[in-house]
Amino acid sequence: MNVSDSLAVARGVAWRQLHNAVLNPTIFFPSLAFPLLNFAAFAGGLSRVSEVPGFNFAGSYTAFQFVFVLLQSAAFSGVFSGFGVARDFETGFTRRLMLTAPNRSGIVLGYAIASACRWLITAAVITAVAFAVGMQVGGDGVDLFGLYALALLVNFAGTLWSTGVAMRIRSQQAGPVMQMPVFLILFFAPVYVPLDLLQGWIHAVASVNPLTPVMEAARGLVSGEPTKTLVAFGTGVALVLAFSSWAIRGLRRAEAVGG
Amino acid sequence: MVQDRDNSIVAEGLVREFKKGPRAVDGIDLRVDSGEIYGFLGPNGAGKSTTVLMLTTLLPPTAGTARVAGYDVVKEGPKVRKAIGAALQEAALDPLLTGREHLRLQMAMHGIGGEERKRRADELLERVGLTEAADRKVNGYSGGMKRRLDLALALVHRPRILFLDEPTTGLDPQSRAALWEEVGRLARQDGVTVFLTTQYLEEADVLADRVGIIDHGRIVAEGTPEQLKAEIGCSTVEALPATPEELGAVTTVLERFGTRTTGFSPGTVAVQLATSDGNLADIVRALDAEDLRLAHLQIHEPTLDDVFLAKTGRHLEGAGEEEAEVEPEPAPATA
Amino acid sequence: MTVVSSGLAVQVGYLARRSVIRTLRQPAAVFFPLVFPVLLLAVNSGGLKAETNLPGFPTDSFLAFALAVPFIQGGLFATGNAGIDVAKDIQTGFLNRLALTPMRGVALLLGELGGVMGLALIQAIFYLVIGLVFGVRLESGIAGGLVMIALAAVIALGFAAFGAYAALRTGSTEAVNGIFPVFFVFLFISSMNIPRNLMGTDWFRWCATANPVSYLIEGMRSLIITGWDGQALGLAFGIGIGVIVVGFALAAAALPERMART
Repeated sequence: MNVSDSLAVARGVAWRQLHNAVLNPTIFFPSLAFPLLNFAAFAGGLSRVSEVPGFNFAGSYTAFQFVFVLLQSAAFSGVFSGFGVARDFETGFTRRLMLTAPNRSGIVLGYAIASACRWLITAAVITAVAFAVGMQVGGDGVDLFGLYALALLVNFAGTLWSTGVAMRIRSQQAGPVMQMPVFLILFFAPVYVPLDLLQGWIHAVASVNPLTPVMEAARGLVSGEPTKTLVAFGTGVALVLAFSSWAIRGLRRAEAVGG
Repeated sequence: MVQDRDNSIVAEGLVREFKKGPRAVDGIDLRVDSGEIYGFLGPNGAGKSTTVLMLTTLLPPTAGTARVAGYDVVKEGPKVRKAIGAALQEAALDPLLTGREHLRLQMAMHGIGGEERKRRADELLERVGLTEAADRKVNGYSGGMKRRLDLALALVHRPRILFLDEPTTGLDPQSRAALWEEVGRLARQDGVTVFLTTQYLEEADVLADRVGIIDHGRIVAEGTPEQLKAEIGCSTVEALPATPEELGAVTTVLERFGTRTTGFSPGTVAVQLATSDGNLADIVRALDAEDLRLAHLQIHEPTLDDVFLAKTGRHLEGAGEEEAEVEPEPAPATA
Repeated sequence: MTVVSSGLAVQVGYLARRSVIRTLRQPAAVFFPLVFPVLLLAVNSGGLKAETNLPGFPTDSFLAFALAVPFIQGGLFATGNAGIDVAKDIQTGFLNRLALTPMRGVALLLGELGGVMGLALIQAIFYLVIGLVFGVRLESGIAGGLVMIALAAVIALGFAAFGAYAALRTGSTEAVNGIFPVFFVFLFISSMNIPRNLMGTDWFRWCATANPVSYLIEGMRSLIITGWDGQALGLAFGIGIGVIVVGFALAAAALPERMART
């Protein structure tokens, strides 16, 4: 594989995605609105949940929910990027990219880079809102860097998952197929309370959910009491690798049918 | 005002102006007699569809009056709608309903019930050739099938006047011919008055009893196709000499019969004849007398495009694409 | 042939029939509003079960507490469905086709909303059955269950009227899709996940108290966990009917501009 070709293609694809986002800022609205809404509803409405006996978290409930919202925004930014890929198939633009690109895996890389850049803007807004409402952070600079790095891995995983779906279905009807699994993985994690306070079937599901260690590690980083950090990064990297393969194989399928 | 008859269309000074936009229709006077097929010909953006929307009561005129089937389109809208059927520019079908369900709904809206509804649906489906596809959802229909269903829906309540807005745009030649045949039959056998808008010369030429040519919201010419073409003048002869060296000599001979004209194939000479009778034999004799041979000789009759060119200085086909503005859509709901 | 003028009821009937057929022929339009709220219910009742340990929480079963929410969510989906159906008719020109018939404008609204009501009833029965299957006991009994279904229909009708208004104003499915999530704000900033008296954040409690959706949820919830609470039910039905009146009035006012026939 020619790496420089791949990077050139990736730069071009990423530029186009970001250029369109700048010209059409409303594109940020969905990926901002729902996380902020959840933040308001959960951190604002459910703050008393932190008084439940056994709720062990070093930070405030606001910080507890901030982590979920950050990861949710990362995952859904990836999904919304997938919508764009599906739309490109419907309009025929992907065919143009495939005709032009000397190394087509760069197309996938480009979509992922653009998604990450867009998410960083979303993350900045969400973080600013969280601090504006008085979120207290126990972690230091390294911890917070680790938090955003984890979230970035989740964003890449979400983008690659939905890109792979888009490459296979090649129409905007892929939307629900992209969204639903991501939604389920997010909400079948310890969203409202720590894992220890979940009971019954939800505890069983959350225990095997790959996002659970990521969420717990992220909460540890924000509260200044890191926990399961290596496991979380390992899980994040594994998800990215797995979904990279998923996306590239999807690209090959799309190539086989002429885009 | 000329006395109106029941199946006629009369418009006087019809104007439609849009907010922040041009006058889409700028003072149209027209009259369509009962049982006539009137072709309304013009490029994209000329004002054809806007005129149809006003005559079918879907858009109130800014100024002027119109009476359709004897009723005022502004003051007596419901009576007009009872007397007309319309197949507008969009096929306007629900992709999730079948053809038969569309007919059923349309007839229910017109108060046609019971046995009559079933009988009429079967009759119309057969007439437009959709009996076999009647129980399939419309999203599986081809473009031609959708247009045929559209026509059937316009006819459910046996209207006296039919408005067809570019009914054959996008259809293959076979579907187009079938639709022409049906429209002709409606007018000749059922006495339905047909107001047909089109951007296709051939359609107006073949189908219409009379043609109105519209450009920039105004009628620039009106008459039967033959009358309009006769106004322009006689045929044009196009000749290709057997050898390029004889071009000058051929030109000299042909110019005795008419005026040189341009716009034809390279290497040929074209002359618009001065009179309409007996010239071809004379031309051949004259060329023969000079010992000039031709590789090709063709006579071009005047077309409606020539009429449009004479009136507006532009060709009809491609005139719409030259325009910066497209035909404005009806004014949306105000914010 | 004599054409008989079709009465309003006939017109509404046929348009409602069409609305129901259209909805049933789009599996995603049926499946998603049925399944998604139940999924959320499962997630929330599992994840927030610990909330029942808070002093003053009105019931031991978070499932019983949260069961009211899908009924409201179903109503919100009705907003989108009705709006998108009307917007599609505008975009495809089907509205013009109907305008050329003797159809009365109000028949279009009632017909579209009638179809939405059909789906809302199916949804309400589905949610109720799910709750009962998973052990929820209705304190108000069978009669209360019927009242829940009636309240769900009222809520769906009100939200659908707003959806139709949005479609008539904008004429665009994209605009309706964009407006539809705004209604979810009303759901999130409400007593959907916790009683108002247990909300720890003042601004959130004030917003939830001012939010009419809170009273719709609480009225529905009262039939499940309390029994017959006249005040809660009165508020819920009053607000539901108020939403219908306002939504319908707005839609009826927007209709003549969109269906501009003389």
